[in-house]
Amino acid sequence: MTAALSIKNLRKTYGNNFEALKGVSLEVQAGDFFAVLGPNGAGKSTTIGIICSLVRKTSGEVKVFGHDIDTDFSAAKQELGIVPQEFNFSQFEKVRDIVLQQGGYYGMPRAQAAERADKYLRKLGLWDKRDTPARMLSGGMKRRLMIARALVHEPRVLILDEPTAGVDIELRRSMWEFLREINAEGTTIILTTHYLEEAESLCRNVAIIDHGEIVQNTSMKSLLKRLNKEVFIFDVAGDLQSAPTLEGHDVQWIDEHSFEVEVEKGQSLNHLFAELTRQGYEIVSMRNKANRLEELFVSLVASSRAEVSHGN
Amino acid sequence: MEINAQWVALSTIVRKEIKRFSRIWVQTLLPPVITMSLYFVIFGKLIGSRVGTMDGISYMQFVVPGLIMMSVLTNSYSNVVSSFFSAKFQRSIEELLVSPTPNVIILLGYCAGGMARGLMVGVLVTAVALFFTDIQVHSWPLTVSIIILTSLFFSLAGFINAVYANTFDDISIVPTFILTPLTYLGGVFYSINLLPDFWQGVSQLNPILHMVSAFRYGMLGAGGEYVVYAFIGLILFTGVLFAVGLHLLKSGKRLRA
Repeated sequence: MTAALSIKNLRKTYGNNFEALKGVSLEVQAGDFFAVLGPNGAGKSTTIGIICSLVRKTSGEVKVFGHDIDTDFSAAKQELGIVPQEFNFSQFEKVRDIVLQQGGYYGMPRAQAAERADKYLRKLGLWDKRDTPARMLSGGMKRRLMIARALVHEPRVLILDEPTAGVDIELRRSMWEFLREINAEGTTIILTTHYLEEAESLCRNVAIIDHGEIVQNTSMKSLLKRLNKEVFIFDVAGDLQSAPTLEGHDVQWIDEHSFEVEVEKGQSLNHLFAELTRQGYEIVSMRNKANRLEELFVSLVASSRAEVSHGN
Repeated sequence: MEINAQWVALSTIVRKEIKRFSRIWVQTLLPPVITMSLYFVIFGKLIGSRVGTMDGISYMQFVVPGLIMMSVLTNSYSNVVSSFFSAKFQRSIEELLVSPTPNVIILLGYCAGGMARGLMVGVLVTAVALFFTDIQVHSWPLTVSIIILTSLFFSLAGFINAVYANTFDDISIVPTFILTPLTYLGGVFYSINLLPDFWQGVSQLNPILHMVSAFRYGMLGAGGEYVVYAFIGLILFTGVLFAVGLHLLKSGKRLRA
C-alpha cells in the first residue's frame, strides 16, 4: 500500500542559520488520523510548510501518495488540502468567492467548483455567510472557511495546523465531529495541535517532534499505555494541615481541603479509602487530575532533551 | 497540470483581478479619468491654445497620445504592484502557491489583470479626449500593439516591485521617484526637440520617451523615425522583465520561506 505521506530525512536550515529540522522522517498511511505534537518552535509548522511548498527544504524527500513534491508537484498538490494556522485569505473578498477561486486554482471548471463550494459551505455552516466579506466573519467562522477552501478540490490528504486554536468548546466539538466524518469517508487527516486531548480524542497515530527531530512516533494507544500512573485529587472535610501518610503512595498536600495521591495502574482504590477512613479523614469528593497526557508529553520531551544534552 | 486546467486557473486569476479593481473603482478607474480631464482642460485647452503647435501638430493633438499612454502605464503598474503586494501582505498569495497552478500562469494572470485595468483606463481617457478634440488613428496595428506591449511591460515591472516590497512604502517608491519623473520627462507634454542637444541625448535614454513617441506616431503618423527601434526594444525589454518575474516566482524569493 502506498503511504499517504512519506517524509525522508527532511532538513531545513533558515537563512539565519537556524536549523529548524534535523532530519525528520515520517510515514502516514492512507486513511489514518495522525497527530503531530510538539512544543512551540519544535518544527511542526516548518514540516507542514515544506509539504505544501510554502517553505523551501534544505534537503530530504517528501512524497504524497507516491508523488514527489519536487518532480511531480502538480499531482502531489492535487492530493493535498492545507488549513494553515494563521488566516491567509483576502479580507475583502466574499466567502463564496474565496472557496470558488481555490477550485479554479486547482483547475476545476467553474460549474463544478461552484457545486463543491456550496456543498462545503453548507457542511461547515457558512452558507448564510456566503456573500459576506471574509473580514466580517468571527474567528471560528474564518477557520471553517479555511477548511471549506482546503476541501474544495476534495484532496485525499488534509493537513490542519492547529485547527482549533482560539475556537470555543462547542465549535471545537463540532469541528472534531466534522473531521471524524470526512476521515471515515476516507480522507487521511494530519493535524498539529497544542491540545493534547484533541490528539487523544481524534488521532490513531502520533509523532512527537522537538528541536527539529522526531522524539516519538507511535500509535496513540501505545502512547497512552505508558501512562501507568494516575493522580487523584481528594477533597476532605475540615482543616487539613499536612498531607496524610499513605504507604506505597506518593502524596502531596495541596491546600487546607485537598491533597493528591499517585496511584499505579492496577492498584486497588479500596485500600486507599479504607486507610483514609481509618486515619479519620472524611472524603467529600475525588477527581482525576486532568492532562495526564500532557504530563507524559512533558516527560517525553524532557527525557529527549536530557539525552541530547547528555550526548553533547 | 493539464492545459485546460491551466486555462481555468488563468481565467480564475484574471476574473479575480478584474473583480478587485472594479469593486474599488472609485480608487482605480475614476481618479485617472478626473486627472486626465483636468490635463485636457488646462494643458490642452487653456495653455495649449497659447502654445500653438508642437512639432507641427496642434498642442491638444500632441498631448492626447501622451496622456493616454501615461494613464495606461501608471494604472497597469499600480494595479499589479498593489494587488500582488496586498496578496503577499494578507498572505492570500499562499492560496496560489499551495495550488498546482504553474508559476507562468500566476505571472500571466496578474499581468493580464494589470493590463485589463490599464487598457480600460486607456479607453476611458480616450473617450474623455473625444470631448476636446478629434482623434484619428494613423496605424491601428501599431497603436494597439504599442499600447498592449507597454501595458504588459509596466504590469511586469509592477509585479517585480511587489515581489521585492516589504512594506506599503516600498510599493510607492518606484512610482513616485522613478515612474512619475520619467513619464513627465518622457515627451508627454513637450517635444524633446525643444531641448538643447545634450538634454536631447539624455532624454533618449528614457524608455518611456520611445514608447510615447511610437504611440504618438501610431496615432498621428508624425515623428516616427525611431519607431522600429522602439518597437523591437519594447519587445526585448518586456521579454527580459517576463524572465525576471518568472525567475522570482520559481526561486520563491520573498514568497516562500
